[in-house]
Amino acid sequence: MTGDIEDALVEQVRVACDGRTPLRIRGGGSKDFLAQSLAGDMLDTSKHRGIVAYEPSELVITARAGTPLAEIEAALAEHGQMLAFEPPHFGPATLGGCVASGLSGPARATSGAVRDFVLGVKIIDGQARVLRFGGTVMKNVAGFDVSRLMTGAWGTLGVMLELSIKTLPAAPATETLVLDVPAASVVHWMNRLAGRPLPISATFWHRGVLHVRLSGAATAVAAARREIGGDALAADAAASLWQQVREQKHRFATDAAPLWRLSVRSTADLPQGTDMALEWLGAQRWWGTSLSPDQVRAVAQAAGGHATAFRGAPRGYSVFHPLTSAMLAVQRRIKQAFDPAGIFNPGRIYAEL
Amino acid sequence: MPNALPWFAEHDGQFNEVRAEALIADLLAALPPDSVVHDREGLRTFECDGLTAFRTTPLVAVLPETEAQVQAVLRICLAHGAPIVARGAGTGLSGGAMPHAQGVLLSMARLKRIVHIDALARTATVQPGVRNKAISEAAAPFGLYYAPDPSSQVACSIGGNVAENAGGVHCLKYGLTVHNVLRLRALTIDGEILDIGSEALDAPGYDLLALLTGSEGLLAVITEITVRLLPIPQLARCVMASFDSVEQAGEAVAAIIAAGLIPAGLELMDQPATAAVEDFVHAGYPLDAAAILLVEADGTPESVAEEIGRIEAVLRAHGATRCQVSRDESERLRFWAGRKAAFPAAGRLSPDYYCMDGTIPRKRLGRMLQDIAAMEHTYGLRCLNVFHAGDGNLHPLILFDANDADQLARADAFGIAILERTVALGGTISGEHGVGIEKIGVMCEQFSVGERTLFFGLKAAFDAYGLLNPAKAIPSLHRCAEFGRMHVHGGQLPHPDLPRF
Repeated sequence: MTGDIEDALVEQVRVACDGRTPLRIRGGGSKDFLAQSLAGDMLDTSKHRGIVAYEPSELVITARAGTPLAEIEAALAEHGQMLAFEPPHFGPATLGGCVASGLSGPARATSGAVRDFVLGVKIIDGQARVLRFGGTVMKNVAGFDVSRLMTGAWGTLGVMLELSIKTLPAAPATETLVLDVPAASVVHWMNRLAGRPLPISATFWHRGVLHVRLSGAATAVAAARREIGGDALAADAAASLWQQVREQKHRFATDAAPLWRLSVRSTADLPQGTDMALEWLGAQRWWGTSLSPDQVRAVAQAAGGHATAFRGAPRGYSVFHPLTSAMLAVQRRIKQAFDPAGIFNPGRIYAEL
Repeated sequence: MPNALPWFAEHDGQFNEVRAEALIADLLAALPPDSVVHDREGLRTFECDGLTAFRTTPLVAVLPETEAQVQAVLRICLAHGAPIVARGAGTGLSGGAMPHAQGVLLSMARLKRIVHIDALARTATVQPGVRNKAISEAAAPFGLYYAPDPSSQVACSIGGNVAENAGGVHCLKYGLTVHNVLRLRALTIDGEILDIGSEALDAPGYDLLALLTGSEGLLAVITEITVRLLPIPQLARCVMASFDSVEQAGEAVAAIIAAGLIPAGLELMDQPATAAVEDFVHAGYPLDAAAILLVEADGTPESVAEEIGRIEAVLRAHGATRCQVSRDESERLRFWAGRKAAFPAAGRLSPDYYCMDGTIPRKRLGRMLQDIAAMEHTYGLRCLNVFHAGDGNLHPLILFDANDADQLARADAFGIAILERTVALGGTISGEHGVGIEKIGVMCEQFSVGERTLFFGLKAAFDAYGLLNPAKAIPSLHRCAEFGRMHVHGGQLPHPDLPRF
């Protein structure tokens, strides 16, 4: 049975809560590779699926958490709209998993992240209560922003049942430029570009080649192309490139083991002699390196950010960047407020949450 | 195993008596003498924020100049069990900065240093007392600006903007405060420093940046803020369109969005509102139109030309009787000057006005306007309507005279009726002004007891003592029972889930 299985999910949480049995919340399982630990009885949200409401002129789609991301994207495309944060799928992704993981794609630096587009959620909390926060409107400051708090929490705070996500019209025109930019100047180059009022929607640099995607009104894209220079990529080649970058099918990811994600100050220097791929106008960097986790984390921290052992993490080390003790204490109390029995995805991101 | 409710979830801000003299003595010992105000005359300045109908005199007001002094204030308050209300510029419209009679009013106004502008990284790091507009002014030489622009941007502080998640007329395209803040430095009630967010685009762990933004001073005191700056668009132009009915204007708004356009600004004003501001600022608004729309496009000269053409076509196809495109920057600013002067213009028409702030789905705009018109008759009061139409965010301005007790009561009932209608239409009671003290009763309409209990759990995760801005934003169970008692719908007692006190 698929469709609305809210009652069954609530019942499963109630039983788990009474028995203090850990639950492992899973949609499509496409982000299972990214976890500190996967423990507990399976709570499968993939059958709780379906688009509940979509009105293009309201710029919002409401769907059950188990709805395949591909189904959402297809529905939006029919009306010339899109998820502007271009989430990676990494397999048979669901909307719930997309929000729970909080991962955004190539457009993030200019269009915003998943959390910027989450307008409302309906959840089951750790006491099996069904609660709603936020809504379907663009502006909403009533109550604490629980919808955004659920984003990137990896299911440790509650089971998402339904999500309302802001949509945007797809740009009428897009073009990808290719330029030769050496490692020594790429960081400066990207940041200078970002400071100019140009319709840039994505950037990707790897081994001396910079790709700049422009999206917007046709005239604006053409004007920006003249201003930036470089060669234009054929449309299908460009689409395939951004798809490969987003899904990590590009060799920056396939050749690297382990693969680290560094989220840093966009202007941070590129360490000499490292083979990094850059996205997000310099703020997201992918690094295949055999340096120790402590060394990688030190590099990220010195650059004002943090590092995630994205793929092929060495065993025994934390996948996600360790929190300071003050921060961990607050986050533990937040976890407690949602899930006092500690049943949701225990240890998925940190042993203490 | 259910969570134990924190005490403040059940009853509102009732604190043990604070020993005022000892508290003031400790504050004077920790702060420069002119940073502590405790004489009756001096405290008058801090009695209320922009919501002047709600006033309280605090025991004492403090104006620290450094983060270390803020830390000292928090520790002293904790030791004395004294509630603390933080205040920015005092321009808030929901009474969020109304003081507590037994507590300390903590003004952040003297922490007003622009710490650093990083032109290459496009960020500004500032203290909370810096004015919103001052950030854009400081960034302008680098060709950058800070996008969120609440109408009070000349006076309001960035700390207050973060506390309220302030919006503005350009947030349809550029987002609210939450979309434009990268990092916060905040102090917990224990005086501990939390570094929230980062210089990068995300941070590990839960998204506390989003949780703190719009938390109305209930969770922590912010001492430093890093915001994202954007390149100043090469060009902006504004279309002013006239309509014969507000419903048609509302439909044109939905049509613009449906056409795949995201204007930089999309505002609606009805005839009473345009007449009021025209008298005041002479923006050149057409006085014969039942409603006007202001629609702005910004970007490169090419994209603006293309977008303005598409906008005009949609407006004309949906009943615009006249479209006027700003010819130059001064005309564009004049179009906006009228919109931004709507609140003071209301203030000129009437001794008092009450500004509502609900958000509804765009398609309900016409319906809502009809309902508000009917309510004007029901309550015998006039209402001006200015909307951030692109976001569905309404600012009906109810005109009344607070010296007339009957008018005051009718204005209050009118406001509650609008907010209840907002919730019924699938919207929210506050789009950008916050709940504060003003809308705390109506929160009982929008959130169930379970949802409100979770809010209290989140507050307790930061402030176990309930000392930060008590009895604001989240109504206690007791308050909702009382509110329910006042608003009995059709003979049915609302909120049967609540214990009655």
